[in-house]
Amino acid sequence: MGKWQQKVSPSRLNLTIRDNKMIYLDNNATTQVDEKVLAEMLPYLKGEYANPSSMYDFAKIPAQALKEARVKVRDFFGAEDEKEIFFTSCGSESANMAIKGSLACNKEKKHIITTKVEHPCVMNTCKSFEKQGYEVDYIGVNSEGVLDLDELKSKIRKDTALVSVMWANNENGVINPVGEIADIVKSRNSETIFYVDGVQAAGKIPMEVKNTKIDMVGISGHKFHAPKGVGALYVNKGCRITPLINGGHQERGLRAGTENVPYIAGMGKAAELAMDNMKFELTEVKRLRDKLEAGILKNVFNSRLNSSAQDRVPNTTNIGFEYVEGELILLHLSDYGICASSGSACTSGSLEPSHVLRAMGIPFTALHGSIRFSLSRFNKESEIDLVIEKMPAIMDKLTKISPFQEELNKLRARR
Amino acid sequence: MWDYSEKVLDHYRNPRNVGTMDDADLIGEAGSLACGDSLKLFIKLDGNKIKDAKFLTFGCGSAVASSSILTEMIIGKTLDEVKKITNKDIADQLGGLPQQKMHCSVMGREALEDALKKFYGEDSDEWKEIDLSGKAESADKVICNCFNVTEKQILEAIEVNKLKTVEEVTDYTKAGGACGQCKGLIQHIIDEYWEKQGEAKPLTQTQKVLQINKVLVQQISPQLQKDGGDIELIDIDGDKVKVKLTGVCSGCKNASMTLKNFVESILKEKVDSNIEVEQVG
Repeated sequence: MGKWQQKVSPSRLNLTIRDNKMIYLDNNATTQVDEKVLAEMLPYLKGEYANPSSMYDFAKIPAQALKEARVKVRDFFGAEDEKEIFFTSCGSESANMAIKGSLACNKEKKHIITTKVEHPCVMNTCKSFEKQGYEVDYIGVNSEGVLDLDELKSKIRKDTALVSVMWANNENGVINPVGEIADIVKSRNSETIFYVDGVQAAGKIPMEVKNTKIDMVGISGHKFHAPKGVGALYVNKGCRITPLINGGHQERGLRAGTENVPYIAGMGKAAELAMDNMKFELTEVKRLRDKLEAGILKNVFNSRLNSSAQDRVPNTTNIGFEYVEGELILLHLSDYGICASSGSACTSGSLEPSHVLRAMGIPFTALHGSIRFSLSRFNKESEIDLVIEKMPAIMDKLTKISPFQEELNKLRARR
Repeated sequence: MWDYSEKVLDHYRNPRNVGTMDDADLIGEAGSLACGDSLKLFIKLDGNKIKDAKFLTFGCGSAVASSSILTEMIIGKTLDEVKKITNKDIADQLGGLPQQKMHCSVMGREALEDALKKFYGEDSDEWKEIDLSGKAESADKVICNCFNVTEKQILEAIEVNKLKTVEEVTDYTKAGGACGQCKGLIQHIIDEYWEKQGEAKPLTQTQKVLQINKVLVQQISPQLQKDGGDIELIDIDGDKVKVKLTGVCSGCKNASMTLKNFVESILKEKVDSNIEVEQVG
């Protein structure tokens, strides 16, 4: 039994684990490993343990696995050449490798453009360059979370070394038109490098980098049913970067360290499965997401949709519950075995609510009570129905505790 | 996942005394919606005794649990009894709170204080006694603009919970938890408070090394030089100060006495009471 399970109260265990009633709607945080992915990995954790760089026959099978995984991940990115694929340990490493690696090749340019809604792995990497004397512009979003492309365009300068924009946002699911942004960037300054954090797009929408001017894209395996601890970076042939990790010849000298064969093989399989399931993701997962969204908005009087943007990944919805705090909602959802996440300050241990929701200008009445539900292909319709059914009861209980009774009554009356 | 106690789980799942009170004698308020938590405490009096209490809270699990247990702690008590309740008492009653959640217990105490202030009146002697940090010169000065935290609130948290670092003050009051611009001011408040208490803030290892060296050079060495000896600092390992006696001291049969009674006692007094002096080579 894991350490965390010992800490969980018996009553909570009754609800979630013993009755096997857990409903996992936090797939933007991490996903379950697909059984087929695990099966793909096991040989390399058991008998086929050879170092793929070795010369004997025993190394042939792992070396072949590495090669096949690279081809699958190439296809997953929609890239032309598997030489453009570099395996890493996670999405954060991919982002660091891309940003630090390309800036190191381009030291005379000291300007970076990114957005106000990036994941910390990009945000804090850019901030670290700010401390080193770089100038960084953070592009804003509108109330739906859609990026201001005009502002982005206007900020590109002669000395802009890098533009870094996420493909899809982890909290509201909004998709950025990265192909179009690449055109904008390159038309204003052909020497500017364009990095795309693709972590939340991978497995949810098709990624076709081939016919774009995107230089680099980072992804993370555990967001699309591979295990934690493996990621990849696509680097366009024409883009130069220096390695973060020096050492051996692995990954064509750009990322040293003996290849993590079982995990890379697993991610290759996960990429293949994601491509096979893409249509399902775009239709069936989206249908369940839309059903959940509509059901909650209809049944819960103090709910509001935080982003109704046209272009959103099919699995994500972010709903604000006015005058109720997010952690309290999550704890009560958890008592029904429902796993979701919140942009509330309290859940992270920080004192400020999510930077993404603040950048969107979500009204402060709903800012602390925003809940993200993120689905996967493993969710069942019955699970979604249960959440739609339980949510009004939870909110009924929690709104009774809120000091903002007058305001809540107004919301009730408006319905 | 927070490591909440069973008591916290019980109180946010089944909060006691939830609701408003139309005929409340006192209403205490703390926090705000914008800051992420707020509490409204309703009190019904019977003479000097709290007959009933109710609460409404906007906040996380530990905020609801803190409010809920507070109502249980005050019902049936006299105002004289409840004015002694601190945020620490609230947290203790809950079987403890995670450090980053201590500000929830502080919110409970603040709402209680707000109610008592209304009862006694701000100028009364009773209120001045309750208002633990009345000692602050400009107690109502806002230190943290992001969360609207005053010097008084910070001082009270420091006093009741014996806080010594900015991080702790943030965990208990939220001050400094957003833009962080007031962290310098908070450090200053902490330093001043502990200085007044006659307790210097704990030294870092580097500060300690510098301090030991200063005392050795300026106070101990001149005394030994008078007798034709001297002392040299060789190493500092935690609280162990390794020194070498030189000159006539080096062969002196009273050397160990000199070290214990003179060198060590001065260092204990001036730097840290845990210091042990050892003679090497």
